[in-house]
Parts: sequence; structure tokens; C-alpha cells
Amino acid sequence: MPEPKPADSVGLVVPQFRHFDEPLALDCGVTLPAYDLCYETYGALNAAGDNAVLVCHALSGDAHAAGYHEEDSRKPGWWDNCIGPGKPLDTNRFFVVCANNLGGCNGSTGPLAVKPHSEKRYGPDFPIVTVRDWVRSQARLADVLGVKQWAAVMGGSLGGMQVLQWTIDFPDRVRHAVVIAAAPRLSTQNIAFNEVARQAIRSDPEFHDGHYVEHGVMPERGLRLARMVGHITYLSDDVLHAKFGRELRDGKINFNFGVEFQIESYLRYQGESFVNRFDANTYLLMTKSLDYFDPAAEYGDDLTRVLASCQASYLVISFSSDWRFSPKRSREIVRALLDNDLDVSYVDIESELGHDSFLLPIAQYHEVLRAYFDRVRTSP
Amino acid sequence: MNMAGLRAEQALIADWITAGSRVLDLGCGDGQLLAALAEHKGVTGYGIEIDPDNIVSCIKRGVNVIHSDLDAGLSEFDPESFDFVIMTQTLQATRFPHELIDEMLRIGRQSIVTFPNMGHWKCRAQFLLGRMPVTRHLPHTWYDTPNIHMCTLSDFEDLCAEKHLEVLERAAVDSQHRAVPGMGLWPNLLAEIAVYRIRRRG
Repeated sequence: MPEPKPADSVGLVVPQFRHFDEPLALDCGVTLPAYDLCYETYGALNAAGDNAVLVCHALSGDAHAAGYHEEDSRKPGWWDNCIGPGKPLDTNRFFVVCANNLGGCNGSTGPLAVKPHSEKRYGPDFPIVTVRDWVRSQARLADVLGVKQWAAVMGGSLGGMQVLQWTIDFPDRVRHAVVIAAAPRLSTQNIAFNEVARQAIRSDPEFHDGHYVEHGVMPERGLRLARMVGHITYLSDDVLHAKFGRELRDGKINFNFGVEFQIESYLRYQGESFVNRFDANTYLLMTKSLDYFDPAAEYGDDLTRVLASCQASYLVISFSSDWRFSPKRSREIVRALLDNDLDVSYVDIESELGHDSFLLPIAQYHEVLRAYFDRVRTSP
Repeated sequence: MNMAGLRAEQALIADWITAGSRVLDLGCGDGQLLAALAEHKGVTGYGIEIDPDNIVSCIKRGVNVIHSDLDAGLSEFDPESFDFVIMTQTLQATRFPHELIDEMLRIGRQSIVTFPNMGHWKCRAQFLLGRMPVTRHLPHTWYDTPNIHMCTLSDFEDLCAEKHLEVLERAAVDSQHRAVPGMGLWPNLLAEIAVYRIRRRG
């Protein structure tokens, strides 16, 4: 953390844990007898309990959305540019909650956790959880925190899908829904990329059918490759070109298979730093949750019908160069909301930075968020 | 109706709109009209806007705004899903005004359209002197103007006739947005801004 603490930072934060004894019936048919959720909160819940905002994380996120864990932490939480005193999601006004998703590897119960009444870890036996399961588990956390209704639920990418699911499953518990860089379901191409990532992990000789921890190893090569493929889809061709072009690390072609182009070095670095902080089984599980997300499936693929009982006001945001979840996908959501006469505003932010834009402090984007949150009514 | 801050043209529109109706405002700018209509007439609906700064202004006012290019069409909206589709001072800047009018009357039961009148005497005078008109209301030069499809009241009414559209009301204001005296006698000469309420016949 920089010294002195920046005025717009939530400062030092401590992750909190909550144990849930009430069994959770999952979409896959399995019931989790008990589980823990790791979460962080910023700001204070007001007396009326109407200023709480839930932030949902994406594929590789965690509960640490803002602030710093240690005085000497170099990096703040993953959405620190957006959450803090005076920031677009202003912690002077709002009580912000972010929880690590069930099945995750950063505090909440997931494949790395030990099975109840057992000494073994779940590993590959952890049930595949869905976006709906996450929303159910988050609703229980809301109960515990005394939040009857969220002032807003907000998230990007897979986080945006959770926001949408929240407004479908608990229409009276969400006043505002901020759905960023999301899609009503994955495209075939999205699923294809996820499958490449999964195969990279599963075909690593150190994967051991998911029991790699017992073998004292990690399918590092597979996870690294999975992240490299994923990372390409998070950025646009333009931004890759602008950052790296065809620049050569040694200034010349060496006619071998070492790292030659700068982009190769960058991707390897991204893959390398990911294996140090993420679990392969969680990655597999999260990509499956993405693939399965399709709220319209039960309604004859009619998104308009799914959203018919929704009550929230929506802000939908896309980014012009996002080809993973393109603006067209956000407009599918907008159209279904319009069909239902729901309050909705939609903005496509001009950005060359691709899908990753939703995590970046783009001026226009943050101005839109700020303007929107200013209109979210809360008690003093 | 007295609504502080509205241009006379907008106040006229507000008078024409039925309370509690559902409105779509194409090229809604900073959302002032929709915000006033919501506050004073209980109107619901959406604005469509392309300029990012205007979109932020709309959100600040609590106006539902959809970021969209009118030239890309209005296919997202179902037939007759609005009571009124409004377009103020935008028709002349679109690529296919005649198709947009069709679209407006597909998704709305009625439309209200306003546009600068090229038939105004100041424009005619500049044409007589051999120049493209530049007026207080049309401040652009020929090479940088966004107004690519200018028309006169007569031209617009010809188009309405051709498309079998019924003109329900017509009004005119000057560049200060005051109602124009003498409008009844020489509308095409005296109106700087034309305001029409139209619908399909039959």
C-alpha cells in the first residue's frame, strides 16, 4: 500500500469467513452439506440497511475487490480503481460486499477444501456449481449481513451474468443491476475457447485426473496454456498490436522455438503468474459454469420471457472492441429488458482494450458508473 | 404547459403528448425533454442517443437512455410499442430520413417531428444571393454541416402525402424558440423550426 494511504483507497482490509451449516442443494443434483464463504466489505451498512452493493467477480477473481491486505502489499484488490471513498462506487455512501464464489480457490469452499468427515480434499470431486448456485449462496450471505435488498448488484463478464441471475431469481431483492461486458449466454465460439483451456489442463501429465494435490504436483503447463488462450480473448487485436506489434526480443529472428516475439514473452508471463495464484480444478469448474449459464434455456430460448418478472432498474455496459462478449451480446440483454418495459440504460464504451476494459479506469466508463450510482437512492 | 428550461419547441411537444403515455425520444440529447415529460406528465419511456457526454447527462437526470445510432435502424423495438415517437431537430442529420419516418410510425402510434425549415425567408434570401444559407439556427457551412437532408415545410408535407401520413398538428417557432406570428398565413416563409404531429392513415 502506498504511504501515506491514498485518500480514495479503502486502505487495509481483512477477508472475512462465514460458515454455513444449512445444506445447499445445487443445480447438478448434489447437496453441499456445509460450506464457507470468504468475503470482504468496504464502507458501512446504514441504519435502514438500504445502501448495500454486491460486487460479483469474474472467472479468475476473488473476494479481494478493493484495498490492500498488508501494509507492504504492492497490488490492491482487483477492482480498486472503481471502489473506494469518492470513486465511482463510493464507499462513503455504499456498503460494498464482494464474496469469493463457491468452488473458488481463494477462501470459499472449493476443490482445495477438505471434504466434511474426511481427510481428503474435494479435488475433482467438487460438484460443478452454476451461476444460479452462486446467487443462492450469495443470498444466504446477504441474510447473514442483514441485507434484505441490495441497492445494487454489479459485475463484469461472468460477474455480469450473476447480476442478471440475481434479478431473475430474487426480483424483489435487487433495486439496481449493473451488467457489464456480459452476455445472456456463451456463444459457440466462447465454449470452444473454454474447451481448449480445459483440454490444456486435463491433458497435462501432472493432472492425474484432478488428484494432482495428492501426487504433490500441479498441472502447471496446462493451466499456463489455458490462461494464455484465455488472455488472448480478453484483449483486442488492436491493443496487442499497439503493445507488442511484431517486436522481437533479440531484435532479430533466431530460427528456433525460443521466445522471439514480445507477445510470446508477454503471454508466458501472464500464464506463469497465473499458476502461482490459481487452482486448476477451480479453473475447470468456472469455465463449466460459464458454458452452462443460459437462463433462457428453460423458457424456449426466449430471454424476454425469463426477464418478465424482473423488477430492477438496469445499467448495461459494453466495450466497442470486446470480441469475447461483444456489444451485440449486451444488446440482446437490452432488447429483452426493453420488451418488458423495464428501466434500462445502455452504453457502449469506446475502448481499444477488449474484454479486459471492464477492469480498467476508462474515463467515460467510470463517468457513466458514477452518474448511475449518484441516482441510486439510499437512506442517509 | 409551463415547464422551466424547455425550449418553446419542446414545450409545444409537451402540450401535444397525452399524460401517462409511453414515449421514445430519438436523438434525445441531454434528456431534458424526457425528464420534464416524466416529471410533469407521468410519461415513461426511453431516449436514444449517440453522443457519450449526452448519455452521461441523461443518466444523471435519471432518464433511460439507449446508446444507439439511428442510422443503424430501430429493429430492437416492436411494432406499436410506443404511444409517441419523438424526434427533435435530428431528421435532417440522418442518412435516410424517409425510412426513419417509416420506422417511427411502425413502432409508435404517433410521431412528433421537428426540423429546421429551409423555406424560411432568411434561407431563401441567401439562396437568391447565390450562397448556401448560414443562419443563427443553421450555423454550419456547407462543408462541415451535419445537416445533410434539409427540407422545407412544403417538402415535408409532400413526403407525408406520398406516404399516406396524416398531419394531426403543425406549429412553428423562430430561432429564439418563440411562437411565430403570421404562421397561419405564410408558414413556409416564416417558420424557422417546424413541429409536426403525424400518424399513419387508416
